[in-house]
Amino acid sequence: MYAFEPSEEQQMLIDVVKRFAENDIRPVARDAEEGDDYSPDLIEKGWELGILQASVPEEYGGFGDYSALTGVLAMEELAWGDMAAAMAVMTPSLFALPILLAGNEDQKQSYLPPLVEAEWQPYTAALIEPHFDFDPGDLRTTAVMEGDAYVINGEKIYVPFAEGAEAFLVYANLDGQTQGFIVPAELEGITVGERSKLLGINALPNYTVTFKDVRIPAGNRLGGSEGHDFAPVITSARLGMAAIGLGVARAAFEYSRDYAKEREVFGVKVAQKQAIAFMLAEMATEIEAIRLLTWEAAWMVDNGHPDAFKQAYLAHTSAMDMAMMVTDRAVQILGGHGYIREYPVEMWMRNGRGIANLLGMAMI
Amino acid sequence: MIDFSTPKPIEKQMVALKTVAENMMRPVSRYFDEHEHEVPWDYINFMHMAMRQTGAGSLAPKEKKSADEKKKYPPIGYQSLAFMLEMLSWGDVGMYLVTPGGGLGAAAVEAAGTPEQKAKFLARFKGEKPTFAAMAMTEPHCGSDTSAIRTTAVLDPETNEWVLNGEKIFVTAGHKALELSEGFVVVWATIDPSARHAGMRPFVVEAGTPGVKVTKLEHKMGIRASDTAAIVLQDARVPYDHILGSPEVIKEKTTKGFKGAMATFDATRPLVAATGVGVARAALELLKEMLAEQGVEIRYGLPRNKLTAIEREIIDMEAMLRSAWLLVIKAVWMADNRKHNPLEASMSKLRAGDVVTKITQRAVELMGPLGYSRQYLLEKWFRDAKITDIYEGTGQINRLVVARNVLGYRGSQLR
Repeated sequence: MYAFEPSEEQQMLIDVVKRFAENDIRPVARDAEEGDDYSPDLIEKGWELGILQASVPEEYGGFGDYSALTGVLAMEELAWGDMAAAMAVMTPSLFALPILLAGNEDQKQSYLPPLVEAEWQPYTAALIEPHFDFDPGDLRTTAVMEGDAYVINGEKIYVPFAEGAEAFLVYANLDGQTQGFIVPAELEGITVGERSKLLGINALPNYTVTFKDVRIPAGNRLGGSEGHDFAPVITSARLGMAAIGLGVARAAFEYSRDYAKEREVFGVKVAQKQAIAFMLAEMATEIEAIRLLTWEAAWMVDNGHPDAFKQAYLAHTSAMDMAMMVTDRAVQILGGHGYIREYPVEMWMRNGRGIANLLGMAMI
Repeated sequence: MIDFSTPKPIEKQMVALKTVAENMMRPVSRYFDEHEHEVPWDYINFMHMAMRQTGAGSLAPKEKKSADEKKKYPPIGYQSLAFMLEMLSWGDVGMYLVTPGGGLGAAAVEAAGTPEQKAKFLARFKGEKPTFAAMAMTEPHCGSDTSAIRTTAVLDPETNEWVLNGEKIFVTAGHKALELSEGFVVVWATIDPSARHAGMRPFVVEAGTPGVKVTKLEHKMGIRASDTAAIVLQDARVPYDHILGSPEVIKEKTTKGFKGAMATFDATRPLVAATGVGVARAALELLKEMLAEQGVEIRYGLPRNKLTAIEREIIDMEAMLRSAWLLVIKAVWMADNRKHNPLEASMSKLRAGDVVTKITQRAVELMGPLGYSRQYLLEKWFRDAKITDIYEGTGQINRLVVARNVLGYRGSQLR
């Protein structure tokens, strides 16, 4: 039976995340983007909302069952506050969720409780690589079996909180398959490079990391000796980015709508001009359409639907267009003010572009 | 709860409807496109019989359910209709439009009529012969600006009858409602032209009413199996109680009557959107089949910059189509659950209009010379599709409705 209302528990989570986004993230988001970063206190406060914890079963230190749908709902609210803040708060899930979704029992037992039960810690993941045709399904970073270890070589970029990280989940090409490897930060051959400066999300510390002949114990291959299916991992990443796209777009839509209702032009409010009103109508429709597509994909994941992989791909693909279209128009509606950094919409437009480029930097 | 599973009764119904679409519509789709104004009686008679037996597709009110029953079996009438219309339009949207059972005319009676009126006017659809109804709003000089209508209704105090005068155009199924069956047309007329919206009232004009004449059947770009009639009313007299709604509403010059018509759109717009989705799905499926025959494989999961142009198109179209359909489902789910849905109804309609025109236009383009040939149905769907963006509120009118809703504006604030 179709139904389009979050459950009571989901609504409670949405509400607390919404309050946090509004009261804690929004007031500092611009300064964070301009060089201040987010304070450890703010990140910890976001972590304690329990978005990841709600998706991890009790036996592994959490208090719920994995739900992509709940994750999508929470992530939209968090990203409505700020995209970089959402990614910073959720960085440990880049490490934890793949273990939950694709790890073996040993890996879940040893890695999840200390991460999930504790305060926010810099556990992270390295997927993206520095070339234009980067494809998560066809990586250049390689893993080769040598004796009782895998040897990893390659260069990764945009690794959140790599500086000072406890451990990485590193994705590498093993015989043509993308496989995850649990890599403690202290292993030899790991070099954390410069912090990257990006088009947007500059409040998220992220680094280049190179792996030179890094030897990983065989047991650290995600899923154990048989490895794992990459599909649920990349699906979770796609849904995470799609949900962030919804949050960023909604923020931009609401701001430009409210602005248009205040701003006078030719004796009326600018929102009373059809040229602007129609833009807003299309923005609202687009957001709602892609939200439903994303929800359906997440629902499919939660229900083991065979089309979940494809649907999440479609959701992410269209979310990148939606986020770009909506944020671009928001800037346009504000006119000259849209281009000024005193207003948030130019930041959202720069962030909105990232929905396409930053796949793998957020998961739900 | 958020749930995307199709209700079981709907799944069951879809099996039968797909058979109808495949076997009774597709084989004659081209014929009725090329023989405009011929009536597909085989399909009409079959649907009439089938719907009489199963009760499917009926808007007539079901018996009241207890609260417990409602909880156990949530209402799915509009959802069921949306699925039905999508599938029949996948078969042939022009033929779907001549499905007997009342269409927009019955929907207006359902939305604005009193219980007595519903009983009186809707019973005929369950009779022996297939029967049609239509709605007449548009006039030669006005379309979207409905308050500008000039058809008048004047009460004759001596006979207590309404006397209607005026001309209506673009009446879908008007010919079938008035001349090919014992149906009716819901005619919108004004009882006070100076009152604009507040003067507008819907009148049921039955087949055989003297002074009512179908004067023209339009020749159209697409949906040619569906008749689009012009109707002239010349001193056409209808009984007093053929004005839809309660007497108080009728006497007071309020916009309640007009708002009633607009409320009908909350239910019908997502359904029209569903028909567009059906056409779009037909085109996309055929396009994919033709590409598969040529060995073109769609590699879902690749980054966009590694996809071929055709793959990228197909993937975009699939996402567009699915999200348009989900907007429809949400809007009809709201209608079923008596949630106020003008925003969602208009969103679904404007998006379906955009999506079906884009998909059919691109499908023709992508098939190159073959897409342009009448050997395939792609070019027909390209023509059929465009109406989705025009009738039941143009894409622009629906943008206006969405904009007013998201801005919290009244009509006077955003024209």
